[in-house]
Order: sequence, then C-alpha cells, then structure tokens
Amino acid sequence: MFFTYLRRELAGRRRQTAIIAIGMALAIALVIIVNSVASGVKAAQASVLESVYGVGTDITVSQSPTPPGEGEGGGGPRFEFDADAGTTTDGTTELSQSRLMAGFGASTFDAGALDTVLGVDNVAAASATLSLTNTTFNGEMPQMRQNGDGTEQSGPSTDVQAAPPQGGPDGAGGSAFDVDSFSVLGLDPSADAIGPLSAVTLAEGRTLDADDAGANVAVLDADYATSAEIAVGDTIDLGGTDFEVVGTVTSNAADSASASNVYIPLDVAQTLSGEDGMISNIYVQAASSTDISQVQADIEAALPDATVSTQEDLASSVSGSLSTASDLVSNLGLWLSLAVLVAAFLIAILFTISGVTRRTREFGTLKAIGWSNRRITGQVAGESLVTGLIGGAAGIAIGLIGILVINLIAPTLSGSASSGGFDLAGGQGGPGGAGGASGGDASGAQATRSFGGPMGQTAAATTEVALNAPVTVSVIAIAVGIAILGGLLAGAIGGWRASRLRPAEALRSVG
Amino acid sequence: MYTLTKLTKTYRQGNRTVHALKNVDLTIGAGQHVAIQGPTGGGKSTLLQMLGGLDRPTSGTIRIGEDDISDMPDGKLAKIRAKEIGFVFQNFNLIPTLTAQENVETALEPLGISGELRAKRATEALASVGLADRAGHLPSELSGGQQQRVAIARALVKEPDVLLADEPTGALDEETRDEILDILEGLWRDRGLTLIVVTHDSAVAKRAERRLHIKAGAVSER
Repeated sequence: MFFTYLRRELAGRRRQTAIIAIGMALAIALVIIVNSVASGVKAAQASVLESVYGVGTDITVSQSPTPPGEGEGGGGPRFEFDADAGTTTDGTTELSQSRLMAGFGASTFDAGALDTVLGVDNVAAASATLSLTNTTFNGEMPQMRQNGDGTEQSGPSTDVQAAPPQGGPDGAGGSAFDVDSFSVLGLDPSADAIGPLSAVTLAEGRTLDADDAGANVAVLDADYATSAEIAVGDTIDLGGTDFEVVGTVTSNAADSASASNVYIPLDVAQTLSGEDGMISNIYVQAASSTDISQVQADIEAALPDATVSTQEDLASSVSGSLSTASDLVSNLGLWLSLAVLVAAFLIAILFTISGVTRRTREFGTLKAIGWSNRRITGQVAGESLVTGLIGGAAGIAIGLIGILVINLIAPTLSGSASSGGFDLAGGQGGPGGAGGASGGDASGAQATRSFGGPMGQTAAATTEVALNAPVTVSVIAIAVGIAILGGLLAGAIGGWRASRLRPAEALRSVG
Repeated sequence: MYTLTKLTKTYRQGNRTVHALKNVDLTIGAGQHVAIQGPTGGGKSTLLQMLGGLDRPTSGTIRIGEDDISDMPDGKLAKIRAKEIGFVFQNFNLIPTLTAQENVETALEPLGISGELRAKRATEALASVGLADRAGHLPSELSGGQQQRVAIARALVKEPDVLLADEPTGALDEETRDEILDILEGLWRDRGLTLIVVTHDSAVAKRAERRLHIKAGAVSER
C-alpha cells in the first residue's frame, strides 16, 4: 500500500514533482560542479607548487628578507674594472664581468638549520637549497687615456688636444652596456627525492649526483638552454668561473619552466657567491599528511626566525589566472551553490506543504478510517524523499555532464609561484638605489644593478595548467546526501503539517 | 452501544462562536438503525463526528460500550476508528489516485493485515456491493453511485460494529439513492451492525427504525 500510494501520488502530481525535482537537480548539479572544479583548481595549484618545490614537499622553511637600514645600499652586484681591464680594439674597450650572489629579496640563513629540521620528529626527508642570481655586465666604451693635465680623452692616442671624441661602439666616443641575469640554484646533488629536482625529467645528458659535490658542473633548464644557445658539453660562466654543462632538464608540468635556469652543487654555490655555510630554503617532507601540523609547529619552535609554510600556505602565493579561478570558486562558486541549494530546499518545502494543504480532505478521510498520524507522516515523507532522490539522480547526471564539458574544454590557467624572497619578474623596484652605469672614474667603470626589465628574476616558475575537474566518489556521495536531506526535510515539515490536521476540521473544511 | 451525557460542542468560525451541540443526552443501542435528521447547520454532522471519535466535545462525555472516547488520546482513538467504526461520506471521499480495490484496502491498512489477505477481503467487499468488475477503476472512472458503493465497501471491509453515514445519498439522484439505501439496510440486517445515518432528506430518514431530530444543537426523538 505504501509504495502503491506513493507511486500513484507522484505520477498523479507530475508537475509538482517535476518542479521540486528540477530545483533539487540544479542545486545538486551546481554543488557537484563547484566541488569538482575546486578540486581541479587545488590540484592545479599543487602542480604549480610542485614545479617550484618539487614532489613530496609538505613544508618549506625560509627566512623573510629584512629591508636594508637607512643609508645602506640596495645590495646589488658591484662591477669593478681595473684601468687595463677588458680588451681594446680600434679605440673601443670591451668589458665583461659576471657576479654570482644571493637572489634579490632572498634572505639566507645558517645551513645548520637543516640539521635542526632533520632532528624534528616525523620529518621523513629534508634538503636545502641556495637561491642565487648570476648577473653579467657587458659593455663597450671608448678607450680612455689620461692627458698630462689629468683630463681624459677617448679614442686612440693623438697629439691633437682639441680632437673630437672617438672610439666606442658608435665611433664617436659613446658607450653601450647591457646587463643580463639568470637564476642559479645551489642544491645537494644527492638529495633528488625531495626539492626542485624531484619535479623534473632529464632531457639530455645527466643530472647532478653525489659525486658532483665540489665540482664545477651545472645542469640547465632545457628551455633556458635553448634560449641561451647552450648545449650539453658547453661551458657557462657563473660568477667568473667556468662550469661544464652536463645535462638539461624539463619540468614535469607541461608548458612550465623548472624552478631555476641553472642548477649547481650547493657547496660550490656557497663558495662562489660568498655565502659559505648559508642556505635560503629547506624543503621538508613529513612522515605522513597527518604529521604536517606537528612538524610545522616543531620547526617553528626550533627556528623562531624562520618562515615555515605548508602547501596550503604556499597555495595562497600562487598568482595568475589560477589564483583568480581559485578565488572565483571558493567565493562566488561556494556562495552561489549554497544560495541555490537553500532555494531548492525552500521550493521543496513550500510545494510539499502546499500539497498537504490540497490533500486536507484526503488525509482527513484516512484519519477517519483509522490511519495514525505516524502512518500519514511517513507517507508524506516518503513521497518527498523519492522526489528528492529523483532530483538527486537528475542533478548527478547534469553535474557529470557539466564536468565532462569542462574537461573537454580544459581551460588553460597559468600560475606563478616564487621559491623564496619575492618575485621580481614583474620588474618591481626594491630598496636601495637604482641607476645605470656611473662612468667617469678613471680607475674603471662601475655599475650598480638596476631594477626592472630583465633584472631581478628569482626562481619564479610560471606554469600553464589545463584545468581538469575530477569526479570523485565523495562528490557523488555528497550529492546523494543532499538529495536525501532535502527530501527528508521537506517530508518532515509536510508530514508535521499533515499530522496536525484534525479529522473533523479536515472533513468540515471541504464541506 | 453509545451513551452521550450532557454532550456539548462549540467552535469558532471566523469571528463568531458556533454552538453545534448543547447538552445532548442520548443512548443508541447496538444493532439499531437510527436516522438523525435536521436542517442544515443544525449540528447533524457534528453529532456524527462525535459518535465517530473524529472530534472532541467541549464538555460532557461520550462512551462506546465501556470506553469513554471524550478525551481519549489520538492514537487510541485512531485504533478504535480503525477496528470498530466505518464511515460513509456525502462526497464519497475516495482517494483519487487509487483504484476502487486499493481504496477499499486503505481501510485494512491500519489493521496490519498482509497484502494477500487484504486484497482478498477487498475483492469480497466490492463483490458484496456489486462492483467486483470495477475493482481496477479509478474513482474518476466511476459514476456517483458506484463511487458511493466503493465507499460503503471501504467502510464495511473491516467488519465494524458501527457504520456512520453522513448524508450518504446527498450527492446522488433519486434512483441511485434508493439503491444505496437498499445496500446499507441490507448490510445492516445481515451483519447486525449499528447503522446511524445523518440526513436532511425525510425519505431517507423514514426508512430508519428510529428517528432523531436535531435543531440548533438540541436532539429530540421523533
């Protein structure tokens, strides 16, 4: 009788059943899609972070850069040349120098912190890196000579004191300089299970290994090597020292650069940059995901001056369209699906109450012939529950179709994350002076680092990720749960209304 | 069967108070065929609802046998209605989405009878009112007289002690009215149940062995 009555009622009130089911279906579909897209965005963010921090990194340890004090300079590379530096040809002197130093905005700290981190409970692995920037100054200037009275004259030697300026790249005594920089990451060659090199694939040659400690060998990012026209076997100048290029690597994430342009052994990086015994980042892997909070807290207690960040903390540092998508999903998407859900529940409740009111005589009659309140409430609740489940089934189908469409379109999102300090890729200025070449010093030319343009690249990886919205059992289970909840809620309220009907009043009300 | 003592019922209808029953003292014996007649708004239906335990009196008592149903809990009242009292309404009050057979079975639902036995008894009940061949029809597919016969079958399928009929022929034509009354009287005679019919129609009332008149909430014997 229960199922027969239920089936007949839903079939007999098709329009009401359809309206309630459609409302529930739309709400549930939206919840499924938003949840799925949120998971996809989260996975994309993890992919971006992976390209910078490597696979398996749960926590990073760094130190926030301290701004220089009053009167202190920007700390940029300083290029000094002797009077006879460079090579001179036809009145033009060519100068070139490279400096390797800590990346601007990246603060270094004692490498002993690595041992401290390894001593923390539930740390499965940890490795340290040193973020550096190699800056190369190249310039052409006219050959400078001092006259007897101490003044300078450019161009080849001549006895005519009033001769016009000569030499230089333009032949008229002018100068030209260019400054180039690229990122260099010093890392432990034996620790490839965690850290930036765990998220790369060997493209050519070999990667660094334990035997490379102390050796002047380098591995290049494949895209950088192509743009700089450097091949395996070539040499690359880092801070004035030649390094042999032994291999090139590509990021595991498609269309993305790896964490740095160049990778060299950590000890060599420390010596060459003058940062002996210093590091800029520690990558930490916890024993399990449930240990992350404890490991983070313990490291913060052991290293109070350090910035200890989990993947969740780092996710907020991801910029680009990925960040926008994340904001959209978590703010607009969440509240929109909540609003639609509330509306769907309200529609279900109101229509159920309306249905009970319309069936006043029917329920009054059933009570008159002996049906209990519980029986009638159960009938109403059952009808609502089935209607909710119909809506749920339709919602799951619509939601899956929506996810399929998203995955077919696979919109590309880009995200950038920096591995330490702050990202200057946008050409931001910083503390300290700006400036170009300052000439006029007879002992040689000087230049301070200028900001903006090609300068100031820290290890900031821009990753392009095709959004994939996964379908998980939990999302489907949530959808079914919502359908059941909506049905039960509407049924409970409708059933309560039905139970309150007094048979005499119910029968009297329809005459 | 029934003992009513100073039964009073008042209720609010909009802004006014309606005195539907005023200090009614009445006894109805088991197996009697009683007609309650009176003008519209006189309290006939209210009295029937009191007899059926569908409403509670404002004051006074009403007993079915030894049971005082005046202030009995709803659950217990529902059980008494399920077992002992059958109803027939003026507008039939069939469930529109259920067939004739299923409508009759709704009366057996509260008794916890198995589906097979329920169907069997429903079929027999429909046969007793001459509608065995209409078991699978919806109420919308039946005439007024046929619908009322289904309602009678529903009322009697549980073999009640009392059958309460509120204007059972009010919505029917003369010929059908007589048919329905014949069925009711036949069942009353055959089963020895107490039949109480509320009507404003004298032609219906005079077929009863006892006639009561109710006007402005007061009951008198005719």
